[in-house]
Formats: sequence, C-alpha cells, structure tokens
Amino acid sequence: MAELIDIADRVIGWASADEQVEVFVVHERETEVRAYEQQVESLMVAESQGVGIRVVRDGRQGFAHAGTLDLDVLAETLVEARDNVAFATTDEWCAVAEPDGVPPAELDLHRAALTDHPTGAKVAAALELERLVGEADPRIVGVESAEYVDSIAESAVVTTTGIRSTSRETGCYLSASVLAGGDGETQTGFGFSIGRQPGDLDAERAAADAVERATRLLGAVKPDSARLTVVLDPWVSAQFLGIVGSTLNGESVLKGRSLFADRLGEEVAAPSLTLVDDPTDVAAFTATAADGEGLATRRNVLLEDGRLLRFVHNSYTGRRSGGASTGSAVRGYASTPGVGVQALALVPGSRTQAELVADVEDGLLVQGVSGLHSGVNPVSGDFSTGAEGLRIRRGALAEPVREFTIASTIQKMLQDVSEVGGDLEWLPMRAAGVSLVIGDVTVSGA
Amino acid sequence: MTSSDDGPGRLLEPSLLRDALHSALRTGGEFAEVFVEDRRSMSALFDDGRVEELTGGRSRGVGIRVVFGETTGFAHTADLSPEGLRSAAEAASAAASEGGSGLTVALDSVQEVHPGVVAVLPADVAKARKVALLEEADRVARGEGDAIRQVTVRYADSRRRIQVANSDGLLTGDDQVRTSFSVSCVAAGDGGMQTGRESVGHTVGFELFDRVDVADLARRAARRAITKLDAVPAPSGEMPVVVGPGGGGVLFHEACGHGLEADLVAKSASVFAGRRGEVVAAPFVTLVDDGTMAGEWGCYAIDDEGRPAGRNVLIEDGILTDYMWDRLRARREGRDSSGNGRRQSYQHLPMVRMTNTFLLGGEADPDDIVADTERGVYVAQLGGGQVNTATGDFVFGMTEAYLIENGRITAPIREGNLIGNGPDVLQDIDAIAGDFAMGSPGTCGKDGQGVPVGDGTPTLRVTRLTVGGTAA
Repeated sequence: MAELIDIADRVIGWASADEQVEVFVVHERETEVRAYEQQVESLMVAESQGVGIRVVRDGRQGFAHAGTLDLDVLAETLVEARDNVAFATTDEWCAVAEPDGVPPAELDLHRAALTDHPTGAKVAAALELERLVGEADPRIVGVESAEYVDSIAESAVVTTTGIRSTSRETGCYLSASVLAGGDGETQTGFGFSIGRQPGDLDAERAAADAVERATRLLGAVKPDSARLTVVLDPWVSAQFLGIVGSTLNGESVLKGRSLFADRLGEEVAAPSLTLVDDPTDVAAFTATAADGEGLATRRNVLLEDGRLLRFVHNSYTGRRSGGASTGSAVRGYASTPGVGVQALALVPGSRTQAELVADVEDGLLVQGVSGLHSGVNPVSGDFSTGAEGLRIRRGALAEPVREFTIASTIQKMLQDVSEVGGDLEWLPMRAAGVSLVIGDVTVSGA
Repeated sequence: MTSSDDGPGRLLEPSLLRDALHSALRTGGEFAEVFVEDRRSMSALFDDGRVEELTGGRSRGVGIRVVFGETTGFAHTADLSPEGLRSAAEAASAAASEGGSGLTVALDSVQEVHPGVVAVLPADVAKARKVALLEEADRVARGEGDAIRQVTVRYADSRRRIQVANSDGLLTGDDQVRTSFSVSCVAAGDGGMQTGRESVGHTVGFELFDRVDVADLARRAARRAITKLDAVPAPSGEMPVVVGPGGGGVLFHEACGHGLEADLVAKSASVFAGRRGEVVAAPFVTLVDDGTMAGEWGCYAIDDEGRPAGRNVLIEDGILTDYMWDRLRARREGRDSSGNGRRQSYQHLPMVRMTNTFLLGGEADPDDIVADTERGVYVAQLGGGQVNTATGDFVFGMTEAYLIENGRITAPIREGNLIGNGPDVLQDIDAIAGDFAMGSPGTCGKDGQGVPVGDGTPTLRVTRLTVGGTAA
C-alpha cells in the first residue's frame, strides 16, 4: 500500500503552483480458474496497474491515463494531461475535490486469508464446483463454465488540494453456468457465491442455484401476450434498480438527461419504496470507504417512502447544483471521476418470495432478463427487455416460459410496485436484489 | 500499412520473445505464445455546450499463454524487461507440472499486408482540429430546433500495435488504427424526452473526415430525437418486421453469429452445434464474416493469435457451411483457424470472435417489401442486442422504428426490444433487397471482453418476430 501512495505523492510533487492535480493509482492482482470436464480449462494469473492524472487550471481540465506505473510513463502522462487542459472550455465549476471533513468509515474489506490462499486450492475449488453441478441432476447435460475468480485490489487518490486517501480490498466468487436438456431442447441457468475470502464461498449453493434455474425452464413455451403482475427475482430487480440509480445521478440531472430532474420532493414511486445508496455497508460487494475522488463515502437516502429525497453527486455536480459531493464519484483509472450509485438497495419488506407469489392470482415470475442495454432508455424511461421465467397461476408457480418481453416505463414501474420482499441479497454489482412485485406490466409473446 | 520506423514487427526484440517462449515451455507445455501490445488512444468529449475534456491513454504489455493437453495457462504483465517477461512466462507455465524437456523455438518473421491503408495518422493531427469537429457537430445539432436540449459529441482515435510470437516459430505483427465519431442528442417535448444517436467508426486514420461529414451526422442524430417526440407506444406481440439497410447486421450477429463461434459449439452451448451441411435458413440467405474488409470497424491484417484475417462464408444459400475458429478450437479439430481469434487486450485470453458480419444482398425491391406488408414494424436503426446461444433466443433493440400500416410506413414508435429465436428467424426471412449497406460500428461483448465489430445488411423482412412494446 505504501508504494501506491508514494507513487501518487511523487506525481503530486511535480505539480506547479498554478495548477491543481489529482492522481488516481490502482493495482490489482487477479486469479481466474476455469474447469471443464474435470480438467483445468484455463488458469489465469493477472497483475494490472494503472494511473489517471487530472490537471485543472483556470477552470479547465485535461486528463490522461496509462496502464503502467513506470516513472517515465508517469511523467509522460502528466505532460499529456497538462497539454489537454488548453483545449477544454472554461467552466467556473471545474475543480479538483477539496477535503470536506467527513471522516471515512472504518471498513475492513481486506482478508489475508485470500492473499495467502494457494493456487492449488483455487484450482480444486473450480473443479469441485464443476463436479457438484454435473452430479446434481440427470437433466444436466453440460457445464458451459465453472470458475473460481479472486482479486486483491488497492487504490490511492492524492490531490494538491490535500486529499490523501487509500483503500484496499479482497473479493472472490464461484460461478457456474449450466445446460439442462432433454427431448431436443436446451435450457441454461447460472449460480454463484460471492465473498471476501475463499471461506465465505458456498459451492453447493452456487451449484444448486444453477441447476434449479436451468432445469425449471425445461419445457418452456412462449406465453400469450397479456398485461400481468410480475414478480422480479432478486437477480433481475438488482439490474432494474441499477437503471433507476442512473436516473438519480447528479450529472444526468444537471445535463438535462434525467427523467426525475425537476421532481425533488415529489412522490415518484410507490410508498413501499425506500431506496438507499450505502457504500459503507460492508455486506455490499462494492462497499468502499472512499469514492473516486478520495472523499468519504456515506449513506445516502434517495427515495423515502416513495418520495424523491436527493440525487447523488461528485464534487463537480454537487458544487454546480449549489450543494456538495455526496461521496459518489465513480471511476476507473482510465476516466475522470463520474457520478453514480455505488451500493444501492431497497429497504426490504418481510415476506419470502414464495409468500409474494402466493398472493398473485395471474402473473409471472421473471428469473432472467436480456437486452437491458438495448431496450431500456434511461432518458425517456422506455423499458422493454427479453425475459424468461415461470407463469404464476392462482398463487402457484406454473409452466416455464421463454422468448417473450416485459415492457412498461421506469416511471410507471416505480409507481406500480405493490410489495418489496424480505429476501435482500447482495450481488456482484452495484445494487442488491430483492423480490419485487410490480403490477400492470405488458408481456409480449405469441 | 502505416509508415513507421518502429513498425509492428519491432515492439520487442525477437531474441527476447524467443527467451520468453523457452521459459514458458520449460515445464512441458506443448504450445506457447507471447502477445505484445502497445496501444495509444486519444478522445475528446463535448458535452453540455462545452469541451469537457480531452483524454490521452497509453497501455502496453505482454500476455503469455501456455497450452498443455486441455489446459491453458495465462499470465500478463506491463513489465517489458527480460525479468518481467520471464516471470510472466513462468506464471503462465505454472499450471503445467508434468515437467518436460522444453522445446526449442526458432522464430520466422512473417509480415502480413494490412487490408487497409492509413493516410493520416490521427496522432499527427493537431488536437485543435479534432476539437473543431466537435464544436461543429454541436452547433449543427442544436440548430435543428429548440426541442434539442442536450448534445454530446465524442471523437476518439486509437493506434494498437501488436506482435505475436509462438512456439510454432511464427513471428508477426499488425498496426491497427481506428477513428470514430458519435453524436447523441436529447430532445424534449410535451410527452417527455427522447434521444437520438449517430456514430461512425472505421479502421482508418483521420482521413475518415474526408468522406464523413460530421454536420450531416449531427443533423441525423438531432432529427432522430425530434422525430421520436411524436412516437406512439410500440405494439406488443408477433408481427412481420422489416429491417432497413445497414441496421439488420445486429440481427444476424445475435440470431446466429454467436451461435457459429466454435468455442460455444464445442461445448454444445449453441443451437447450431452439429448442424454443418444442414439447411438452417431460407435459400436466399448467405452470411459472411470478413475480417479483410478494408477500412471496416472489425478489420485487421492478423488476428490476435497471428493468423491472417479471412473471408469466411458461414451460411451459403441457406446451408450452414462452417463455424468461426480460433487456434485452440481449430487445433483440436485438426484444421486451421479461420482468423477469428481475438482478444480485448494483452490482459485477455483470445477466443472466437466475429469481425465484420454481413448478409449478401438479394433481388427484392425495398419499397416492394414494405408495400407487401399489411401490418408490422419497420426498424430503421437497431441498438444492440443479446443472445443465449444455447437456446437461440435473442433480443435486439430498436432505436428508430415505425409502424407499417396497409403497406406504408406511418407513425414513429417508442424504443423497445424485439425477441426471437435464431433458428426460427433464419427460416422466417422471406425477402431480401439489393440495397446493401454497412451499419454503425459496434463493440461486441463476450465473456467480459469487448472487441470492435462491423455488420451490414440490405433491407429484409422477417415474417414473424415478437415486438416488445406496450400497446395492444
């Protein structure tokens, strides 16, 4: 860790008096093992590093990045960032973040148990997962992938304005994608287990989820078109919430690209929805004590009982909208700090998915969606995705269905949520999933 | 080929590469490969009425692969010193513990001719000229009407030099220069906001702007957003769908392109596995994947395993003729790679990927195709898609589409996805016109890796696809 901050300090030492400089440095070690037919299909050991340097002078910024921390490249990158300053338009709000006095949460996100874990044990974990999946059910005809992946990541942000922040974390997961078949048809399913150290991982659960998801779709038919109540599985609702999060982003609001821009304080969602972005929750896969500008992350309540309370901001959008950063700068080393939610979750209800389903007379459980990037427009709010799942008839799960779409608008779906389940689950993304019941969704099928 | 003193073959000295291969093979690997990459990029972003930022990027490193039996070991490093290479080679070979004599490699340098010619290296063009293009596009887009509320314009160029050496003795390289430009607009009206986007990208240098008028691109993006302000909800359910010229490539990319990738076929994770020689599409369907199409977004001299790009006919007159292959999958089948082994960067393992995938033109008149359609949807621009290759179910988005009523294109419709099943859709194509066009540049994602791809089609009709709108 000392090394990364030293590198950042060194670049900051090169800054001249008339400029602000921000240096973001990352280092990551990753191991990925894939098993196939009880052999190691591939073993990847990866070490990567990078630096992003931002220079601000007279309200103009320039940026450059490099995928190596060699001294000559660091110097070259600073020169390039400086050179880029001259071409930007002056913007009175443009500046590097200043310390805001908010103390960072003390989060323990790093596990020595992972850094010390031998490669042989990682290989064994992948092979074991593949074996479990293959043996689980006679209808499993193939394992498309079974893998163990881990990463050890460190980063540092240092600025000429006095920010000096470091963070480090470990993470790992097991994931399986399986093929179930019979009578000339094939269905797919996946399962995973995530953690901060190998001991957190549950291979049996990953295998069982993948097998269940694939086998329960066997025999799936195309449903008739209808307007139905849908129950979104946690895996699906987390993706939906991620899109909602993008509409509550201060940059979209300032630049006129958010459909909620003028609606602060209004009831934009059903009263059962309280939406919180809290990167200080260590249960979140994406938990972090510092944001992309090195400011402390914090718990931000975005929707409370359906009412829109606030947008998330980085220092630029906070300043420009008359407030301050909410600790929500997100970035990789190859980009300037953007704005985004980091660990978004609904406050859960109390009932299980089975209890929610039991109350649905005529509906559909959606277990997977596809084409979120092509059929959802977060500016207009139009929402349309491919889907697969199970029909719900008289409160019970019925026949599997596939090759249909579900459609509505983001605005309407938020209002049409009738209940939030109690099965909150953190997933390997910036949002947690929870079963969600949404009325009046158009199902397009046969 | 660009002129450069330190051209593609000279990223690293052959002796260094040979030493790395020897290190990689010391534990008994059957095949080893060193992939060297040096990528420089530049982008400029105009947003919210101002030049927001210019960004320069540099990335260089080496990925080393060792194959033994069914197992591949892989490691990469940004440290290009002899010690850095040796350490990565040893990490890649660690998965092979059999022990072995170690093969001796003699490298034989081959220089493939790049299909395209780069006239003006973007790095040699003043940044001010690039910025001026952004300003022009913003001005023109905003000039299309007061309804235009926001404009984002992006210019990007990259130069990717690669070198590949392997234990078969191959030593080769490539120099890939790409330039792209995009305009995105937000329009607002009584019914809310709508977006319109246009983009262009080619494997060429700054001479791209000799033939692409950014003002024209901006105008089309703005008009698309404005047109959609009057859009009605898209219909819901099965109906005929006519896809305009250029747009339909995404449809084939998803409906069967991915399913014809040999790595997915080998794992039986494709509905097209075991179907070579069979009729899989209507008799007038001929689908080609062609990495040699000069200047197109998915073109190159060699793939990321050193194999020359190829023109591969995948479906000929409705019959499935071949899959696409990388080295690993081809070797297992005892055949040659088809030049489709690609990777996002030196940090990734290569796998089977498409290049420029397109449908050959037919005989029909595009106007007749629409006139022959009683009720359906006309898709003028597609917006990406996704496929489950094992089931064949795929979606693709429509970012500009209209109703077809009584054989005429009428009201614009709101955005949404269409869903279909690949093998069914290929059989349900009943008309192909002669107005072939390439589509917009795309980034194809697979297994977490993105690579540039192109596609193209003439106007075509699918008799039955499910449109995922909200209208009855």
